[in-house]
Amino acid sequence: MSTGTRPPDPGRDPGLQPERTRLAWRRTTLACTVVTALAARSALHGGPSAPGLAVTALCCVLWAAFLLLAQLRIRALARPGPPPALAARHATAAVLCTVAVAVCAAALVL
Amino acid sequence: MIDFVRNVRLWFAPEEVRKEGSTPDYRFSLANERTFLAWLRTALALIAGGFAVDQFLPRLPQGWRIGLALALLGAGVLCSLRAVDHWVRCERAMRRGEDLPASRFPAVLSLLVTAVAVVMVVVVFAGWAA
Repeated sequence: MSTGTRPPDPGRDPGLQPERTRLAWRRTTLACTVVTALAARSALHGGPSAPGLAVTALCCVLWAAFLLLAQLRIRALARPGPPPALAARHATAAVLCTVAVAVCAAALVL
Repeated sequence: MIDFVRNVRLWFAPEEVRKEGSTPDYRFSLANERTFLAWLRTALALIAGGFAVDQFLPRLPQGWRIGLALALLGAGVLCSLRAVDHWVRCERAMRRGEDLPASRFPAVLSLLVTAVAVVMVVVVFAGWAA
């Protein structure tokens, strides 16, 4: 089976670490999408109301913010050369989006 | 607790993390980032669980429903805050060449999830029996 072996591209990580990290961001964005959909369902369940629409809009903004963070990080990982480490502010922003969604959820439950 | 407050400052100040020690192999940093994201997904799943209890168990008594939902949402918030805290501490330990921080959090979280699950099973069965 020597036909398939080629000298490895020196710019490529054989462990595919940047790709795995990119997919981890994608998975997390997907989880965030599911939570946002559940929030919208909960807020608009008994017919549209002003507070329900406001919470839905807020959750959509938070989801968009998370998507933007993921997109920025994915772009940074895709650049040639060794990928830069995640910035603490970036991680904190993603966590704050999650916490804000949880606060919206608590407001909807109560 | 004082450590926690000092770490909160680090969440917003990447330069301070980078001042210490030497930059580790980028693969270790990316692995730490993926662990952080996995904890963040766990937090999102707990929040989704809170929504699910609220919406898909409408016949539950009001107090139980709100209590269980808030417990899951609280666990989600705790889990996401701890995710960034643990990420910062691991990043710093790797830069300094120290051991990675040990943590009781996974055990506490699994006990909490077990408790919520047991309560949910009991409440749902009680609801059927009534």
